[in-house]
Amino acid sequence: MVRHNDHAHGSAGASPALLTDSRLDAATLIDYYRQMVLIRRFEEKCQEMYTKAKIGGFLHLYVGEEATAVGAIAALRPEDHIFTHYRDHGHAIARGLDINALMAELFGKVTGCCKGLGGSMHFADVSKNFWGGYAIVGSHLPLAVGAALGMKMQRKDSVVMAFFGDGATNCGEFYESLNFAQLWKLPVVFVCENNLYAMGTPLEVHSSVTELYRKACAFGMTSERVDGNDVLAMREAALRAVEHARSGKGPVLLEAMTYRFRGHSAQDTQKYRTKEDIERHRRNDPITRFRTLLLNEGIATEQQLRDIDRMIDDQVEAAVRFADESPEPGPEWITQAGVYAAPIAVDPPIHGE
Amino acid sequence: MPVMTFIEAIRSALHDAMAADDRIMVLGEDVAVKGGVFLATEGLLARFGEHRVIDMPIAECGIVGAAIGASLHGLLPVAEIQFADYIYPAIDQILNEAARFRYRSNGDWSCPIVVRAPCGAGIHGALYHSQSVERLFISTPGIKVVMPSTPFDAKGLLIAAIHDPDPVIFFEHKQLYRLVRGDVPEGIYREPIGKAAVRRSGSDMSVFSYGLMVHHSLTAAEELAAEGIDVEVIDLRTLAPLDREAILSSVKKTGRALIVHEDVLTGGIGGEIAALIAEHAFEYLDAPVRRLASPDLFATPFADPLEEHFMLNPQKIAAAMRDLARY
Ligand SMILES: Cc1ncc(C[n+]2csc(CCOP(=O)(O)OP(=O)(O)O)c2C)c(N)n1
Ligand SMILES: [Mg+2]
Repeated sequence: MVRHNDHAHGSAGASPALLTDSRLDAATLIDYYRQMVLIRRFEEKCQEMYTKAKIGGFLHLYVGEEATAVGAIAALRPEDHIFTHYRDHGHAIARGLDINALMAELFGKVTGCCKGLGGSMHFADVSKNFWGGYAIVGSHLPLAVGAALGMKMQRKDSVVMAFFGDGATNCGEFYESLNFAQLWKLPVVFVCENNLYAMGTPLEVHSSVTELYRKACAFGMTSERVDGNDVLAMREAALRAVEHARSGKGPVLLEAMTYRFRGHSAQDTQKYRTKEDIERHRRNDPITRFRTLLLNEGIATEQQLRDIDRMIDDQVEAAVRFADESPEPGPEWITQAGVYAAPIAVDPPIHGE
Repeated sequence: MPVMTFIEAIRSALHDAMAADDRIMVLGEDVAVKGGVFLATEGLLARFGEHRVIDMPIAECGIVGAAIGASLHGLLPVAEIQFADYIYPAIDQILNEAARFRYRSNGDWSCPIVVRAPCGAGIHGALYHSQSVERLFISTPGIKVVMPSTPFDAKGLLIAAIHDPDPVIFFEHKQLYRLVRGDVPEGIYREPIGKAAVRRSGSDMSVFSYGLMVHHSLTAAEELAAEGIDVEVIDLRTLAPLDREAILSSVKKTGRALIVHEDVLTGGIGGEIAALIAEHAFEYLDAPVRRLASPDLFATPFADPLEEHFMLNPQKIAAAMRDLARY
């Protein structure tokens, strides 16, 4: 039931799918590259804007983990659903949310995807079946399972994909979710992004089992460890998992091995790891690896990729301009946000009115 | 006497208390190697070792449950919930178990735990990093709820909480951490749990508050003083058990009461205080009791202008004071 590729972490060779999967034409492959670079540039720009105090609050970047979101979400159809955690920029971008609306959200503007109410950790766009980032670790896993229950009850063949970290696998919600999903053979794919740390706590300090895919064994659930820095391996594993879930065989747990190159959040001093650790992992940069692959296999030319890079730079700059020029929300947004279907008078009236 | 920030006072309380009593242990997420996200527990690991300062997996229910269990065996655990917003998974352990040990054993068992939790808005935390949740704990018998406003009280009350035989939820407003400084004695001292403090005495009205709002209320009171209105500001310090005597004697003196808290209006301590005054000091009142609290919405919105609009500040408090004085 458990599939485990021993060479998962760090392999750099061409994926067999490249030759055998007819869906992988050059345009699709190049688009994966585009998505990954877009996430990277978006995140780097966020850091810059945070330093310039254009973005405030909490900022958890996805730099280094791009292949996991892009590969996993590539396996989904538009009618499938996504729930994710607070480190949600990569998933939102891979799902195709408008980066102008994302940057505007980070700037706290009305044009943001949550009208400036949520900020970095709560990106959402229901028109894309993207149900949001959740910043209470583990809290979205039961929600994803419930959404999958809904799919099953309504005999829809959509699946639900839930992203979370290695640290989240210690929450009670994780185990409750796995058990119920397996018991009812629900169409949910759990994607654990194992970046080796939960904030400042290393994997081996926070989890009694460090091969996290094995946590599914207790429930008799199919699980697999995959190289989360190899976008094609990630996609293939996700395709297998999604197919399994969609066909009624039940949930799957994928453990994507990856690494975050930046701190846990923008304020992290990273005393828990050395510069050398980070440098060592940088050699396994998912974007560099895929770029090399595209060039070596003759799928794209250096010039083509450089053009994409430039186009993305422009796109990200434009998003910053859009966010900057968008209006700030006025006080009415608070009352309009509401907490009930039928609005009630807020008591006390919002101050100053 | 050394001058400390609020967060330094918390750290100093933990260091001094742990040095003096080896039953005390600290457990929470990233409290050991990292020293806590706000650095409240910095230096504890190096000084007291990994058996007394424990980095826990992300599982708040488990963290508090472990603290409760350890407390039954003679230890004095201090659990840290990294942000008060994450306390919800632990609420079952706190309200259903910790609160009931004394009652269920007819007084034989104690549950001397402390749960520390940074709370409050003003740092663009939005949905899950801004909440005030004290209202969820004040109505369960068996739980004590403490929320200091000064560095001196932070240390004295935390040490008292650690040695209190009953479970104490200890809220620390994040904005206070680096905002306020004050004299803090070295070594061990205790401030009494269950006792309010008069921060400014006055004759025209009583303002009851706690945490960050005490400071805002004091600023507002100065503004009102310039207008000839003499405001008394009471720092509740403990929300459960409430210092009823202090509340009633102040309101009997001034005849007017305003309660100010950052937690939402409905179910907040303000309602309890208003009821207390209505029952026991009604005939002393010259005006209806007023409450100023956060609106009954979720936490704070993210965007700067919205968060500012949402939150209480000295101007809003001063306006409420003026209103009440005019009645
Ligand atoms: C219930 C809860 N407890 C604690 C936190 C604080 N916190 C936020 S992220 C995090 C670490 C999560 O690590 P992991 O699941 O590995 O995800 P990563 O950040 O590495 O992507 C912690 C402890 C939280 N948000 N929610
Ligand atoms: Mg992690």
